[in-house]
Formats: sequence, C-alpha cells, structure tokens
Amino acid sequence: MDAILLQILNGLDKGSAYALIALGLTLIFGTLGVVNFAHGALFMIGAFCAVTLSRLLSLSFVTIDETQKDFLGNPLKVETPYVEAWFGPQTGSAIIDWAVPLAILFSIPIMALVGLFMERGLIKYFYKRPHADQILVTFGLAIVLQEIIKYFFGANPIPTPAPDVFSGSLDFGALVGMDPNVIIYPYWRIVYFLFAAAIVGAVFAFLRFTTFGMVVRAGMADRQTVGLLGINIDKRFTVMFALAAVVAGLAGVMYAPINSPNYHMGMDFLVLSFVVVVVGGMGSLPGAVLAGFVLGILESFASMAQVVALLPGINQIIIYLVAIVILLTRPRGLMGRKGVMES
Amino acid sequence: MSLIRKPLNRRSILRAGALGGTALAMPTIFTSRAWSAGYLNEPTGSTVTLGFNVPQTGPYADEGADELRAYQLAVEHLNGEGDGGMLNTFSSKALKGNGILGKKVEFVTGDTQTKSDAARASAKSMIEKDGAIMITGGSSSGVAVAVQALCQEAGVIFMAGLTHSNDTTGKDKKANGFRHFFNSYMSGAALAPVLKNAYGDDRKAYHLTADYNWGYTTEQAVRESTEALGWETVETVKTPLAATDFSAYITPVLQSDADVLVLNHYGGNMVNSLTNAVQFGLRDKQVNGKNFEIIVPLYSRLMAKGAGENVKGIFGSTNWHWSLQDEGSKAFVQSFGQKYGFPPSQAAHTTYVQALLYADACERAGTFNPCGVVEALEGFEFDGLGNGKTLYRAEDHQCFKDVLVVKGKENPSSAFDLLEIVEVTPAAQVTYPPDHPQFAGGALGTCNPGA
Repeated sequence: MDAILLQILNGLDKGSAYALIALGLTLIFGTLGVVNFAHGALFMIGAFCAVTLSRLLSLSFVTIDETQKDFLGNPLKVETPYVEAWFGPQTGSAIIDWAVPLAILFSIPIMALVGLFMERGLIKYFYKRPHADQILVTFGLAIVLQEIIKYFFGANPIPTPAPDVFSGSLDFGALVGMDPNVIIYPYWRIVYFLFAAAIVGAVFAFLRFTTFGMVVRAGMADRQTVGLLGINIDKRFTVMFALAAVVAGLAGVMYAPINSPNYHMGMDFLVLSFVVVVVGGMGSLPGAVLAGFVLGILESFASMAQVVALLPGINQIIIYLVAIVILLTRPRGLMGRKGVMES
Repeated sequence: MSLIRKPLNRRSILRAGALGGTALAMPTIFTSRAWSAGYLNEPTGSTVTLGFNVPQTGPYADEGADELRAYQLAVEHLNGEGDGGMLNTFSSKALKGNGILGKKVEFVTGDTQTKSDAARASAKSMIEKDGAIMITGGSSSGVAVAVQALCQEAGVIFMAGLTHSNDTTGKDKKANGFRHFFNSYMSGAALAPVLKNAYGDDRKAYHLTADYNWGYTTEQAVRESTEALGWETVETVKTPLAATDFSAYITPVLQSDADVLVLNHYGGNMVNSLTNAVQFGLRDKQVNGKNFEIIVPLYSRLMAKGAGENVKGIFGSTNWHWSLQDEGSKAFVQSFGQKYGFPPSQAAHTTYVQALLYADACERAGTFNPCGVVEALEGFEFDGLGNGKTLYRAEDHQCFKDVLVVKGKENPSSAFDLLEIVEVTPAAQVTYPPDHPQFAGGALGTCNPGA
C-alpha cells in the first residue's frame, strides 16, 4: 500500500512537468498548427534562467586574503557577493538562497521574448509547409539552442538548489497514520506539483474567462470565420506562442532544484511530452494535462523493482506501450477533438 | 705455404655465411632498432603526429575539454616548452624535451561524442588521414573498448583515457592498448576496508546500477568486496542510462531493509541519482539502528561539482586528486594551474601521464614501431607521475598503483576543494592476479604494427 502511494506521489511531479510541457505544445499546435520540436529546449532555457539568476545574484568582488593560500600557494582570492555587501550578509545570502523562486519573475519576460523571436523569426515561415518540414526546422532549432547553452554553461549539470526552507522532506506516512520514515516526499516536489496545478489553472482560466482567451478559443475552432469577423487572429496566436514558451520556461525554472540543469534536459522531456500530447488527444488542453499525470504515474510504477523483475525493460517502454494501446482503442487520444489532423 | 689452411667447400661457406649473418644482425636483434622495420604511419619528416580522441560534445564534454588541456600541456612539455611539468619528476629520464626521438610533437583531435561509433570514426580518420601514430583519450569504457579494438586492427598504439570498467584490461584487453586509469575491482578493493572502519561489518546494501558494461563491473566489484566484509546485498536494480529522474528507483530503497545505498552511476546519472537520494531524505534516515549511508564508488571532481552540497560526507574512490602532495602531483598542478587558472581533474591527470608514458616508451624503445612501444611499456616500473610507484603489468597492460579513497568535504574552502583524501590505498592491496574471475575471458594477443 505504502509502495503504491509513494509511486503515485512520484508520478505526480514528473507528471506535472510532462503536463506543463504538453500544455504548451498543445497550445501551439491548437492555435498555429505547428508541431514544435523546440519546445523541450524552451523548458531547458527556463531551467537555465534559474541558473543565470543564481549566478547573477552570486556575482562577487574579489579581495585578497594574505593569511590563506589558494591551490597554487598564492594568497587566496576571497569572493564576496555584491548582494551581501549591499544588503548585509544575512539578507544577501537569503536573496541568493531564494534565487529559484525569484527566477520565476526573471524568466517570464525572457521566455516571452524567446517565444516571440522564435515565432516571428523562424516558425511563421513554416505555417504553410508540411508537418515534416516543421518538425525538421524546430528540431534543428532545438539542437542550436542546446549547443548555445552548452557553449556558455558547459556540459556538466549545474546544481541549483531550492531555498533552504524547502530542502527537507515531508514524512507523509507519519502524517496519514502509517509507519514513519517509509513514505517520505521532498518538500520541493510538493511545491512543484502545486505550482504546476496553479499554472494549469491560470492558463485554463485565461482561455475561459478573458475576451482574449475567448477569441483564441474561437480561432482554434474556426480560424477562417474569426478572421472574417475582422479579428487579427494571427497576432493573438503569436501571443499564445509566447505564452506557451513562458509555461514551458516556468516548468523548467521550478524543475531546476529537482534535477541539476544540463543542456540536454529539454530533449529528455521532449519526446515523452509529444507522446503525452498524442495520448491526451491532439489539440486538447485537458487531455494533455490528464495524459501528463497518467503517464507520469504509470512510468513511476513501471520503474518499481518488482515490476522490472517481472517484465525486464518495461520501465523504458511503458509510455510507448500505453500510447499504442490508447491509440488503437481511442485513435483520437483520451480527449481528442474530432477533425484535428484528420483532414 | 698456403694461406688457405682448410680447403673451401660448400659446408664451410654456408657456416661462415650463417655466422656472418648472425653477427651482422646481432646489434639489431638485441636492440630495439629491430623494430624500425616498416609500420603504419611511420614518421618520415621532422614531426610526429599524435591523435587525441576526446569527447568534445555530448555529456562528458567538460571532461573531454580538461583532457585536451592536459594533452596540450603534455605536448608543450615534450617539445621543451613551459616549465616541464612532470618531466622533471618522472623517474625515467629518457625524455629530453626535444620532442619524441628528436621529432617535434604535433597533434590532431577527434570528437568521440561519448559514442562508440563516432569515437571509432574519428580515430580511424586521425589514423588514415592525419597519419596519427598513436591514439589516446576518451571518458567512457564503451568508447575505450571500441577504440582499443580499432587501434589493434589498424596497428597503432592506444593509450586509454578515463575508462574504469574491468573489461578494458579484462575480457576486452588488446596488445596495442594500455590503461593507466584504475578499474572497478580496484575501487571495490580500496573502498571495502574504509567502509568497514566507517560503517562496520553488519550492513545491508542496496545497489542502483547504470544499465551498461561499466555499471555491471562496478556493481560486481563493490558487491564482492563488501560481501567479503560481511555486508549483505539486499537488492541490485539496473537503471536506464538515459534516466534523469531517479525518484522511482530511490523510493523502494526507503521500504527495503537496506541501510546503505551504493550508486554505481557516473556522470549525469550520478549527479541526478545522488541529488534525488538526498532530496528523499535518505541521509537523515535511521535503519536497523544505524544512520543510512550512501556510497559512490567512482568519484570525479567535475561530477562532484554538479552534485553540489549533496556529496558532503559521501565516500568514493578516485584515480588521482590535485591535493596530493607528492612532487609529481605538485609539479603537474602548478604547471596546469598556471596555464589554465584552476586545478586539473583526474581525467586531465591520467591523459597527461599517458602521453608522457607513450613518449618515454618510444624514446626507450628507440622507435615509434607499436611493437617496440609495447615491449618498452610491458612490465615498465616508474615513479614521479603522481600515483607513487607504478607498474604497467605485462600480462594485461593495466597500471598498478595506489588508489585514493575520498569523501565529499564538509567545509570546502573553494570551488575546487570538494573532495578530501581519506586514505591512499597501497598498490599491493588493489593488485589481483591476471586470471582473476572479474577479468576472465579475452586474450591480449600479439602486437600489430599495422604494416
């Protein structure tokens, strides 16, 4: 029982990341009709926004300490962060400690700009091209983006810890009256799940309760009619691309403390997120979120030692296996809309 | 009186001819000049080209970059530039700082991408197009085994870089290949006594193992060493190499009876699995009345940096560390630090040493002929290169030297000061017979000069 509960919890945070990436992918596909293989790179850039802000906040001036030696035997260069000099050691170190949550604000304008540049600078030229061309160009773009990140940040993972206050774990077992120390779940993963739920809720609310969102939904349903009504739907779709980039970026920012960011992390999530979109149903936002969580939890279960012992290798193919089964039984995916990619 | 005391006949002429021939051949048979017979990529001009095959892209690109820095430094020192580094402390004095055998050392580089196919292709290109006489480098056992086999077929020497799997000098050993880096068996043998002292002999270990060759040999080595202490292995679980989130593998550990987690992971796998294990509170856990402990059999400073604070207090082993205080290590750290501004990694150290050892072997053999180099390296004992007295064993082309047991430092004084040396395990303690079961299978074969 406790093992099952733990794997469900495990699946939730991974599912959260899948859901956020898949949500952005679906937004782009549903509005612009573009299959964006660079979406994982946006997730990765988001994580590196957290790394960048952490480094910016840690920018230091150097003083020479004659009493200590460096590895070459020269007087030690002691680095003191500017924020600690400006705001005092306590406040300064607290600001550095909170770099990841602060990066949420830092990353929003950056990701929106990256999204706008990506759409206006490259992707708009491929709207009328076949999906294969779109996949090729966006996949190429993803490789370029990850190589740029590698050039500036190196190939090794960069530790980007959560604030100290979230560094421990919650004894979930003790909380629900089970044995203590058996179901332990890190605080930051709980924060990640709640954050993802809030973002998903905000995107849905934006689309449902604002005029802008209503126009976008109308455009997703019937682009031509909305255009005939004199509404510049293209401009709104460009904004939706930027919004999708922000969602992916925020997912990356908050994921940085879970796994140290590296230049390849976007690719690791991208393929699985596409499967999530297909399973959820192309163009269906609730489907993407639902499939994200379902597949995240299934993947966790398939990684259990008992399951792997019974079916070796199942942990590596479970998502694809489920995708095949769902597509055979429900060709439009869990919540797919009629007519999407069926013309 | 006749000047010819005995009449000439066919037999005496043949005898004289054979004796004369033997006499003429004598200097070349009993000196290494015999190896000056034709061989692949024999340098004819005033330069000799070495091929540095390192990961310049892919997940180990940072280690590859450090290897390349070390090679460039080695080339400078071999050509008589810079401060000479470990040439000044090396016990062999065959190298004079005038290149190798009087030829200026030049180099070409290849990108292994940490993929066996790409590594073989780049090595092949350097041998065939650039005329590289020796290939060296790499940061993966899969790549090392693949490139070693290629060099054996082609007929050039392969001086392995960072490769820790037993198989490189075990079942996949080749006559043309040499490894200075230590291996999984040595890690297990060095770690076991330290673990016994630190954690006792009544422990239950849970292994998470990267699902490829290196993971298997490391798991086997650590398992056998710790079981010999009296530890029990509760579970061994293979994790996909492509895994990034290990939470699904970590949480079953919480429910097992284990009180030690052994992470047979390297690179990004190690960074992520260790981070996840710490996040899930394993280090704060008490099981069987004991503190839960984590062990990382193969440490690297570059990887420790990626795991950040999570490495604190965690035991592992390493081939070399910049804080060693022997003359060789100090000379290398000084030389490397002056040039690049930070201390070298163990990958940089092993590749620098391999370049020097190859050059020295050529000098002592008096030739670049791979078979001469093999003969010069086999059974070669040396000192002054940072690991104490070292033997290149003839039977398997593995170096036997001291192994470092290290621990993540609790209070690092700088960004480089992440690991502290807990024990320098003597070479004798990590030495094993060539026919040890963990190295069973395969044969060294004979050297191939390629022509």
